[in-house]
Amino acid sequence: MKNQEKEFLSVKDLVVEYTSEDTVIHAVNGVSFSLEKGHVLGLVGETGAGKTTIAKSILRVLPDMSARVVGGEIRLESEELLTKPEKEMEKIRGKKISMIFQDPMTALNPTQTIGAQIAEVISTHNKISKAEAQTRAMQMLEMVGIKADRYQDYPFQLSGGMKQRVVIAIALACDPELLLADEPTTALDVTIQAQVLDMIRNLKKEMGTSLILITHDLGVVGEMCDEVAVVYAGQIIESGTKWDIFDHPSHPYTVGLFHALPDISKKTDRLSPIEGLPPDPSALPDGCSFHPRCPYAEDKCRQGEMPTVEVSAGHFCKCCRCGIVNEEV
Amino acid sequence: MGRYIIKRLVMTLVVVIIAAWLIFTIMFFVPGDPARIMLGSNATYEEILAKREQLGLTGSYISRLAKYMYNCFIRLDFGTSWTYETPVFEQLVSRLPYTLIVTVSQMIFSLIIGVPLGIYAALHQNRWGDKLVTVFSMLGFSIPGFWLSLEMVILFSLRLGWLPAYGTGGIEYYILPVIGMSLGTLCQNARQTRSSVLEVMRADYVTTARAKGLSSNKVTLKHIMPNAMLPIITMVGGSLGGLIAGSAITEQTFSIPGIGLYMLTAMNNRDYPVVEAITILLAAITSICMLLTDLCYAAIDPRIKAQYVQGGSKKVRRGRKKNG
Amino acid sequence: MAEATKQLGQNGLNGADVKSKKKRNGTGSQVIRRLSKNRLAMFGLIVLAIIVLICVFAPITAPYGPNDYDLQMIYATPCLKHPFGTDALGRDILSRLIYGGRYSLALGLCGAGFGMIAGCVLGCMAGYFGGICDNLIMRACDVLSAIPGQLLSIVISCVLGGGFFNTVLALCIGGIPGKVRLLRAQILSVRNVEYIEAAQSYNCSSAKTMFQHILPNTYAPLLVNLTMEIGGTIMAAAGLSFIGLGVQPPTPEWGAMLSAGRDYIRQYPHLIVFPGLVIMVTVYAINLFGDGLRDALDPKMKH
Repeated sequence: MKNQEKEFLSVKDLVVEYTSEDTVIHAVNGVSFSLEKGHVLGLVGETGAGKTTIAKSILRVLPDMSARVVGGEIRLESEELLTKPEKEMEKIRGKKISMIFQDPMTALNPTQTIGAQIAEVISTHNKISKAEAQTRAMQMLEMVGIKADRYQDYPFQLSGGMKQRVVIAIALACDPELLLADEPTTALDVTIQAQVLDMIRNLKKEMGTSLILITHDLGVVGEMCDEVAVVYAGQIIESGTKWDIFDHPSHPYTVGLFHALPDISKKTDRLSPIEGLPPDPSALPDGCSFHPRCPYAEDKCRQGEMPTVEVSAGHFCKCCRCGIVNEEV
Repeated sequence: MGRYIIKRLVMTLVVVIIAAWLIFTIMFFVPGDPARIMLGSNATYEEILAKREQLGLTGSYISRLAKYMYNCFIRLDFGTSWTYETPVFEQLVSRLPYTLIVTVSQMIFSLIIGVPLGIYAALHQNRWGDKLVTVFSMLGFSIPGFWLSLEMVILFSLRLGWLPAYGTGGIEYYILPVIGMSLGTLCQNARQTRSSVLEVMRADYVTTARAKGLSSNKVTLKHIMPNAMLPIITMVGGSLGGLIAGSAITEQTFSIPGIGLYMLTAMNNRDYPVVEAITILLAAITSICMLLTDLCYAAIDPRIKAQYVQGGSKKVRRGRKKNG
Repeated sequence: MAEATKQLGQNGLNGADVKSKKKRNGTGSQVIRRLSKNRLAMFGLIVLAIIVLICVFAPITAPYGPNDYDLQMIYATPCLKHPFGTDALGRDILSRLIYGGRYSLALGLCGAGFGMIAGCVLGCMAGYFGGICDNLIMRACDVLSAIPGQLLSIVISCVLGGGFFNTVLALCIGGIPGKVRLLRAQILSVRNVEYIEAAQSYNCSSAKTMFQHILPNTYAPLLVNLTMEIGGTIMAAAGLSFIGLGVQPPTPEWGAMLSAGRDYIRQYPHLIVFPGLVIMVTVYAINLFGDGLRDALDPKMKH
C-alpha cells in the first residue's frame, strides 16, 4: 500500500506494435514497471530491444502511421496518459515529461537557430513575452555550458557534444518532473560522455527530477541509477534495485551481460560474449524469447509464458529456471 | 552574399556564351543550304550565290563565329530575321510577353494547386484523400499536355462554346493553354511535395518538436514545412525551364504568337539568326531561374547560406563532417 | 557447464546462420516479393505487358495492315468493323495504333536507354576520376542543362531531320545532364566507403572497381529513374511528332497520328481521342510500375 502512494509513474502491461507492409513487429510485449519520485530507473538492453519505444509511448510521440499501442496503461501521478486527449497531452509534453533523444545529429531542426529551438519550448508552456523567453533560453544555454552568444548559431555550426547539450537544454527548459533520457551519451566521445552524465546528475539533484535512463552501457547504469530493468525482446526480464541486479543477477541474459564486461579486479583472458543475435521482433520464438541463446534452456522454456519470480523483495526475474545460474556457479 | 551573386552572374554569362557557341556550331554544320531553301527549287545558281553573300553565309567557321559573337555580346545585335526581314530583337521584345504570361501563369497555377494537394496528401497518409491524390496525380502526370489541351478545346470551345479555341485576347484565351498544358507539372508538384513532406515528417527533429508539446499545426508550419521546402524549390526552378521549353508546343496548339511559335517557324525556314537568338534568350532565362532557385535555398537553409557567404563551399562541408 | 557452453555455441551459430541466409536471398527476391504485393504496380505491369505483347505481335493482333486504305470508309466513326474508326484514307485506327506502338515504345526505350548509358559513362568518369575530368564533364552539363531539354530536342530533331535514330538522339540528349549528376552523386557517396578502398588495396583496376563494385551499389535509383524516364520519353516523342518533327507520317507513330488528326477535331474527334488515350494508358502503366519499383527498392520511403 505504502508503495502505491509513492508511485509517480507506473506502466502496466504495455504492448506496442509496428506495422510495416503486412509484417507486424512486436516491439514491446507486456512491459510493467513503476518509478518513485526523484528516483532513477535504468532501462538496459541491446539495440532494438524496445527501450526507445517504451519511452516514446510514455510521451506518446510514436510515429502515427506505423506504430500502435495495443494495450496497457501508463499512469503519471495516477492520471492515465494513453487515453488523454491530444490537446491535454500537448500540455504535458515538454512541461511535465520531456525527453532527451538518442541522436543529437538529427534531433535538432537544421533550419532554426538553437536559441529559437530552446525558446520555443519555453514560450509554449509559459505565458511570457518573446524577449523573456529568449533570456530564459540563454540561461538554459549557459546552464548546459554553452556561451549565450551562440544563441543565433545553427545546429550545423555546433559539434556533436554541443548539440547534445542543446537537446538536453530543450528537455530541461521547463523543469520537467520526469525526464526520459534515451542513450544520452551513446553518440558522444568518452570524455564528453562523462561531462554530459555529470550534468544530468547535477540537474537532477537541483531540480528533483525523476529520470528514466535508457542505455546499453552497464557502467553508466552503475553510476547513475537507483533501480534497473533489463529489457530483452520487448519484455522486462529482470528488475530490481541496482544492487540486486549487479550483485545477484538471476536471469541468464543478465548474467551474460555481466560476463561480457571486462572486470579489472580479476585477471580475465577473454570476455565471454552472449552468442547469437537478438530474435527478429516480427517472429519471436515461442516460450521464453531468450531460449535460443540461453545455455540453460530446457523443454519447458520453449513454450508458454514464463513466470515472474520474486528472487528477493522487489527483485523480479522472468525465468522458469530462475536462479539456476547462481546455483551452478 | 553579394560576392556570391556576382560570381554566379558571371558564371551565367559564361554559360550563355558557351550555349551561343554551341548553337552556332550546330547550325553551322547543319546539312542543307538556307539560301537554297529560302529561294525555292527554281532559283539559279547565281541567285543562290548572291543570296548567300547577302545572308553572310560565306567565309570560314572561325571568321563567321567571331563576327557572330561580336555582334551578339558586344553590340547586342541579334541580327535580322531572314524570312521576315525584321530585326530579331524587335520581334523577341514584342513576342516575349505572350510567352511569359502563359508560362508564368502555368507555373503559378501548378504551384498553388499542386503544393497544397501534396501537403494535404502527406499529412493524411494512407487515408482516402491521400490515395485519391496519389492515384490521380500519377494519372495527370501521364497525360500528354497537348492532347489534354485538344480534348479540352473539343469540349469547352467546340461543344460548349464557353472558351475560345485559339488566339490571344482577354483572360479567357489563356484559361485552356494554362490548365491543359500545366496539369502534368501540377501533378508532378503534388507528388514531389507529398514525398518530401513525408520524408521530413519522419525526421528526428519532428519528434523533438512534438515532444516539446507543440500543437500538430505548429509542428507542420514551423518544423516540417521549412525543411520540406528545399526539394520543392528545386522542383519549381526545374519546372520553369520545362514550361518555357514547352511553350513551343503550347503556342503551336493554341496559335499564340509567342517566342515558342516564332522558334518553330524559324526552325522550319532555317532562319538561323532567330533560332540562335531564341536559344540564347532561353538559356539566359533558365540560368537566371537556377540562380534564383539557389538564392531561395540560401534564404531557407542556413547551411547553404553559410557556404555562399564563405565562398568556399567545400570548406564548410568538410568542417561539418569532421564535427559530425 | 561445458555442455551448456557447447549448446550455447551451437544455438548461436544457428541463429547467425539463419540471419545470413535471410540476407543472402534478401535484396533481389525481397524486392520482387514487395513489388508483387503492390496492387497498383502489378496492375501497371500487367497492362504494360499486354500492350507490349500486342504491339510486338502486331501482324497477328492487328485486324488490318497499318497502311491498308479503304476509300469507301474514310472518317468512319467507331463501329464493329473498325472499333476505333478510320482516318482520312480509310485506314483502320486500331491497327495503326498497334503498329505505331512499335515505334513509340521503341522510341521511349531507346531514348531513355541511350540517355542512361551516356549519362552512366560520363557520370562514372566524373565521379570516379574527379579532378579535371570531373570539372570538364560537370561544366559541360551546366551548359547543356541551361538549354531546356525539350528545346534541345526540338533543335536537334529539326537539324538532323526525321527518322528513328535521329529522333532517339534528339530525345536522349536533354536528359543526359540529369543522369550524369545522379550517377556522380551516387558514386561520390559510395566512393569512399571501405569496400571500395578494400578493392583498390588489392590492386583492382579502376574500370573493374567501377563496374564490379561501384555500379551494382547504385542500381536502385538508376532503375527507378530509367523506368520513369521511359514514360516521359514516350510523351516527349509524341510531342515532337505532334509539332511535325521526329518520326514523320505516314509512319503510324502515336504522336504523328495525333498531329494528323488535329485539323479535323471539329468533325472527327475520334481521330485524336484514341491515340491520346493509348499514350496515356501506356505511360500511366509505366509510371505505376516505376513508382511501385521505387517503393519496393526503398521500403523506408513508404513509412
